[in-house]
Amino acid sequence: MNDKLYRITLFVAALIMPIVCGGVVYALVTDAYDAFEHFGFLKFLTSSEWSYTEGNEQYGALPFITGTLMTTLLALIFCIPFSLPVALFVGEYFKGTKVASVLSTVTDLLAGIPSIIYGLWGFYTLRPIIMALNISPQGSGILTASLVLAIMIIPYATSLSAEFIKMVPNDLKEGAYSLGATRAEVVRKVIFPVAGSGIFSSYVLAIGRALGETMTVTMLIGNTNNIPNSITSTGNSMASIIANQFGEADDLRLSSLIAIGLVLFLITALINMIGKIMIKRTRIA
Amino acid sequence: MKKIFKSVFTFIVAIATVACSSNANNGTREAQELSGAGATFPLPFYNVVFENFSQVNGDVVAYGGIGSGGGVRNLHDKIVDFAGSDAFLTDKEMAEMAPVVHVPTCMGAVVVAYNLDGVKELKLTGDVVADIFAGEIKMWNDERLAALNPDITLPAEAIIPVFRSDGSGTTFVFTDYLTKVSPMWKEKYGAGKSVNFPSGQAAKGNPGVAGVISQTKNSIGYVGSEYAFAQKIPYARIQNARGEFILPSSESISAAASGIIPTDTRCSITNADASGAYPISTFTWMIIYKEQNYSDRSKEQATATLDLLKYILSDDTQNITSEVHYAPLPAKAKELSLTNLKTVTYDGVSILQ
Repeated sequence: MNDKLYRITLFVAALIMPIVCGGVVYALVTDAYDAFEHFGFLKFLTSSEWSYTEGNEQYGALPFITGTLMTTLLALIFCIPFSLPVALFVGEYFKGTKVASVLSTVTDLLAGIPSIIYGLWGFYTLRPIIMALNISPQGSGILTASLVLAIMIIPYATSLSAEFIKMVPNDLKEGAYSLGATRAEVVRKVIFPVAGSGIFSSYVLAIGRALGETMTVTMLIGNTNNIPNSITSTGNSMASIIANQFGEADDLRLSSLIAIGLVLFLITALINMIGKIMIKRTRIA
Repeated sequence: MKKIFKSVFTFIVAIATVACSSNANNGTREAQELSGAGATFPLPFYNVVFENFSQVNGDVVAYGGIGSGGGVRNLHDKIVDFAGSDAFLTDKEMAEMAPVVHVPTCMGAVVVAYNLDGVKELKLTGDVVADIFAGEIKMWNDERLAALNPDITLPAEAIIPVFRSDGSGTTFVFTDYLTKVSPMWKEKYGAGKSVNFPSGQAAKGNPGVAGVISQTKNSIGYVGSEYAFAQKIPYARIQNARGEFILPSSESISAAASGIIPTDTRCSITNADASGAYPISTFTWMIIYKEQNYSDRSKEQATATLDLLKYILSDDTQNITSEVHYAPLPAKAKELSLTNLKTVTYDGVSILQ
């Protein structure tokens, strides 16, 4: 009897998750339908106009897709030079030492900081620095948002890549050493090829995190609805346009915002799927 | 578990009963909880008013400063007792909702605030303001700015316009003014709660814009006067329809409302043709449904809503306005509003006798 109850509880709990996920997708699709029907799916994705003039409403997602991709890509570029060395430090060079465990704890701690705090730091500390260095006159923009995003995704990229680096079999490394390879050569010729797809997948998951980040980006990106023409100009990401405008949006505009949400959801799901597949491949190897 | 719930519930009821019996001293109804949402522009004034109002009857007012657009949307969805808005509803918006009553609560100014090293006084015309926000005037040392301000040296730096990223009554008032003074603005951008500004950067809410201006050198933006004042950001004198350069103040805002006010009080007073009038002045409204029986609201709650509005229209409350850098309503607007409130009903029966 007890066992049966247990099984039913587990079954219900397990069933709820797919239902919730399916419900989210269903709600997004039905609410976004108006926008796609009115503008056409492709035109909605490729139009750069976002105009609320009554009677001639034009909504296109391109400026926000561009904003999201630019911030994410830049964040990734800024994050690699910090996360990869730390991952090697923790996973290979100082594997198992106290220094390594302190370093990895500190890095993981970065993941626990609420995004609003990164936003505040970016707004009051980083922005004035950008202005003082004359990089951009208003301080906020794609670059500022990407720099802070980079710090936010470092722990995600680092801890997972360190795990994969640790998993590289000792026999392989010892084999290379016995052939007279230096440590640098072992890293380049053994660790990277073996753990490569794992490391890659950890960056993919980090991207997934950067794509949807809302609060920090909204505070730092400048919130203008134009396609950014350089990395210092202001823009809007898919998440930040929704955060800025859902409050008063209705009808077609609301539907367009939800459509952007759906596109973001699909991109994130796709990225996460790629990451998962890459991880599985590594395990087999 | 159930037991705990029960005891917690009893406890809350007990507290509520005690709280009510000590506060509800007007004898006719129990203290109510009112909820409203909308404009951030009059929020500093409302905070004082709601605090004082709770002293009278014990009625608590929860007001969410989510922007005029959001407030109207909440009223539309019938989840609030009233909406706060700096923009009166358009005919189209009115047609989509049950009949509403607009009650002006005070008058205020949208100021053009700036952050320039060493510059304390700046004179601007509406035309120049429009060109700055349209990105036509790009540098602070532009000839047209220099011609208006011969006494000061303006830096050779790029102008950074700051505007609202969310739907905002403040944006409506500001762009409504620009539409009246600049044909270019009217044609390209128009007036609205959200307008596509071509350059600069945006922030959420009046506090957000004020924060960005105070943190960004060479920026210029529009905010409710109280926000510029609280953060000690300087603001410009704006040329009015009579050609005078006017600073926003209680007197200059009041002067803007000396014209004719329509019966439903829905009118724009920007660019008013009156001597001494600050040109970017506005009424700010609370909007309620004419029929107060919706979403299971009780008659007490409807009465409390009207009590709040009557309280705001009273002379005592109106006198507070200038202390928090707004301006009192003209007598005519008060008179009209009290008449309009008499048309508010509960189940078809007028609430105020």
